[in-house]
Amino acid sequence: MTKIEAIIQTSKLESVKNALHEIGVEGMTVLEVRGHGRQKGHTEVYRGREYTVDLIPKIKIEMVVSDDAVEKVTRAIVASAQTGKIGDGKIFLSRIDEAVRIRNEERGENAL
Amino acid sequence: MSIHGGSALRLGRFLSACTLLFLLSSNLWGFVAPELGSNAGDAQAQRIAALEQQTADAKSSADNAWMLTSSALVLMMTGPGLALFYGGLVRKKNVLSTMLQSFAMMAVISVLWALCGYSLAFGPGSSFIGGLHHLFLHGVGLQPDAAYSATIPQQTYMIYQLMFAIITPALITGAFAERMKFSAMLLFMILWSFLVYDPMAHMVWGKSGVLNAALGGHFPTLDFAGGTVVHVTSGVSALVCALYLGRRLGYPHEAMPPHSVVLSFVGACMLWVGWFGFNAGSALASGGLATSAFVATHFGAAAAVIGWAAAEWLRNRKVSALGAISGAVAGLVAITPAAGFVGPMSALLIGLIAGAFCFWMVAAVKARFGYDDSLDAFGVHGAGGTLGAILTGIFASSAINPIFKDANGNTLASGMIEGNFHQILNQLVGVAIAWGLAIVGTLVILKIVDVTVGLRVSQEHEVMGLDLSQHGEEGYYWEVSV
Repeated sequence: MTKIEAIIQTSKLESVKNALHEIGVEGMTVLEVRGHGRQKGHTEVYRGREYTVDLIPKIKIEMVVSDDAVEKVTRAIVASAQTGKIGDGKIFLSRIDEAVRIRNEERGENAL
Repeated sequence: MSIHGGSALRLGRFLSACTLLFLLSSNLWGFVAPELGSNAGDAQAQRIAALEQQTADAKSSADNAWMLTSSALVLMMTGPGLALFYGGLVRKKNVLSTMLQSFAMMAVISVLWALCGYSLAFGPGSSFIGGLHHLFLHGVGLQPDAAYSATIPQQTYMIYQLMFAIITPALITGAFAERMKFSAMLLFMILWSFLVYDPMAHMVWGKSGVLNAALGGHFPTLDFAGGTVVHVTSGVSALVCALYLGRRLGYPHEAMPPHSVVLSFVGACMLWVGWFGFNAGSALASGGLATSAFVATHFGAAAAVIGWAAAEWLRNRKVSALGAISGAVAGLVAITPAAGFVGPMSALLIGLIAGAFCFWMVAAVKARFGYDDSLDAFGVHGAGGTLGAILTGIFASSAINPIFKDANGNTLASGMIEGNFHQILNQLVGVAIAWGLAIVGTLVILKIVDVTVGLRVSQEHEVMGLDLSQHGEEGYYWEVSV
């Protein structure tokens, strides 16, 4: 089982979510985060005082999928989240040791 | 369905005509039936007296209605107007404490005012302070006090003035936001109202006050609604507090943007509307002078928005919401001493100047000198009030308000535009006294509070936030779901 963490532009949440639903991904967790890679932030001014905001709002989607679905899911995320500009985000993949369904204590890929 | 002003006037005239006709016919009856004799004459005199009483009552009724409304409007300026305005400007962890500082004034100052504050400010006394004649509001009943207003109950006057006494100390809280102990703030405000506000109010508005323009003070300062009494005293005190307490932890390097300009926006709009009670209510009557002050107030605010916004646009290439609302407040502050003395065009000019001037004070001067006047109480109220008081000496017009009269009752010139170059000097005296009283009084009080209670919260509490450390509360309990 593989955990997929995708950090994407906030405006791309709807299209990524729809793309994932279309290919059959049933479970995901969405977080509102702030961060940056190479993308520059912006400046805000309040009563003459400047504030540099370099942590940019992003959306992080987490999901755990079976290994054979990883490539399909990754491609779907890239296709729906991409704009071609700096700030599009990143996808990280990591190995998951175990998964448990709380309702009925099923384990393994059946729990996904 | 409400009666339009014009038809009310026609109705009044019609009724007066009927009454006059009635009286005339009664008089004729006296001629036709002479044996009725002096009874008819007495009855007529009685009716005229009754009519005069009714007319006076009607005038009082209108004045009192407006004054009670104005009192409510001014209270609204503090709660929630100022509470929201200031509350939105601080960080989220301090929102409640900031709002509570204003709200506490509504409670504490009110009680003090009832016990002795009103007496010290407006009771008979010396040129500098009232006495204890009205202790526990003794003698403050429904009869007018003719020195202040012949048409409204003295209790109305008292409660109206109370709302000013409430908001003035609340303004100071902007200077030491996010770092002052609640207990210290309470003690500070109690002492401040005795040592600074009551004397200043007495000098400008109280009987035999040395700066009282309406009652023959020695240095008559034109201050219609409290430019010196409210804004200069609180603004300068704010600066002293900011310097004495020192900067917030992390200022100016750490980012401390307002946590909710939305709240500040709502508060500022309430301040604008409430200010009609503050300025137009200072006419103490519902007649033409109230209209004049109302109009001047509004145009001062409007022009100041443009003044601040224009200055901001030139400096930052953008107009901000926070800038626009701050401009409005700056204009309202500056027009406060001038409201019942200047015409609409002068009001526009005063506002325009104030908007640009206060922007400069806040955006440039504060940064250059590095003091942490957190919410710009000095930059807007202290500086704006001083500017407004001086501009009042320039733009005051006896055509709007014939406040100065010679021994024969002839109207004298008010401001510089009418040729009275002396008035500016009087304005400067008033401003100087306000500055001096504020500086000395505040320093003394800060010292007292510092050695007894301690002024600042600990570093740990400041980082934690005052809502939690001082009040055990959170303003927004959103993170944890219920």
